[in-house]
Amino acid sequence: MSDVKLVEAPPGVEGSGFFATSMEKVVGLARSHSLWPLPFATSCCGIEFMATMGSHYDFARFGSERPSFSPRQADLLMVMGTIAKKMGPVLRQVYIQMAEPRWVIAVGACATSGGIFDTYSVLQGIDEIIPVDVYVPGCPPRPEAIIDGFNKIQELVKDESLRRRESPEYKELLSKYGIL
Amino acid sequence: MNRLSRQAVLQKITARFTDSISVPVEPYGLLTFETSSENISGVLRFLKEDKELQFNYLTDITGIHYPEKALSIGVIYHLHSLTNNVRVRIKVFLNGDNPVIPTATTLWEGANWMERETYDFFGINFEGHPNLVRILNVDDMTVFPMRREYPLEDPNRVDKKDYFFGR
Repeated sequence: MSDVKLVEAPPGVEGSGFFATSMEKVVGLARSHSLWPLPFATSCCGIEFMATMGSHYDFARFGSERPSFSPRQADLLMVMGTIAKKMGPVLRQVYIQMAEPRWVIAVGACATSGGIFDTYSVLQGIDEIIPVDVYVPGCPPRPEAIIDGFNKIQELVKDESLRRRESPEYKELLSKYGIL
Repeated sequence: MNRLSRQAVLQKITARFTDSISVPVEPYGLLTFETSSENISGVLRFLKEDKELQFNYLTDITGIHYPEKALSIGVIYHLHSLTNNVRVRIKVFLNGDNPVIPTATTLWEGANWMERETYDFFGINFEGHPNLVRILNVDDMTVFPMRREYPLEDPNRVDKKDYFFGR
């Protein structure tokens, strides 16, 4: 039999019949274990992600049971692979269609920096067009690295303030990319 | 099986176009000659429509750039006679400042995308082309990337500093 582990409750005040904590922590906890990823896979890193999703690495155990192939129901945009400049507007549109709160992970050297494709036709990192939360290095990264990057996203989600998306800093970040 | 030898093709071409083509050569067994932008339409039409030659298949149109030459931009046509199983290559060199050449879409519909690609990468204007716009690169690109004066590498790259490579 497998040993089922439950997540630890956030710090709070506990008494007989009640438990009090802040809303922010509960929401963060719930979100971080129910991130629906949108795999935007264009090349070999996408193959690694397929292994990550499969039974051996079992991506679903982190709460990503459902890879969302519609951006409207996705929380996490996973960009895996070379993004050509012609693909840039498509990726941007996918990001814009996602509802807040949304996170982005750039998997692999190409999505992070252009990788070996230092050429006029390839985007030199997706952070030229959309904001990125976590970068996973590797060419391509192993499934363990992708999972590690995903866990970093979970940490970000867990600790994110509910008001962050309304903050002027966040709005400034998006307006820098011409979004909003 | 070659139904028509290269020599026979050579003779027909040189007999028809003595003055308007260069002396044909055969590097790696591929019949090759040069002509000018004034004569290219006539040459292509003759090769395609001649009853014996029947160069009915346009394999490719591409470009080349030799910045040191006076006529720096080249257009290269590859024709294939499917009936005779023989191929020919035609080169046309143009002025690099304003490379203009008549379109081949009047002879082969398939030339449409080939000429768009050649325009996209070399900036060669094919006069008479129905829709000469970029095909592979992004629409807002301002350069013709296969020309030598434009760098191959993307200028936005930040992590490739020269000192990492001992330059």
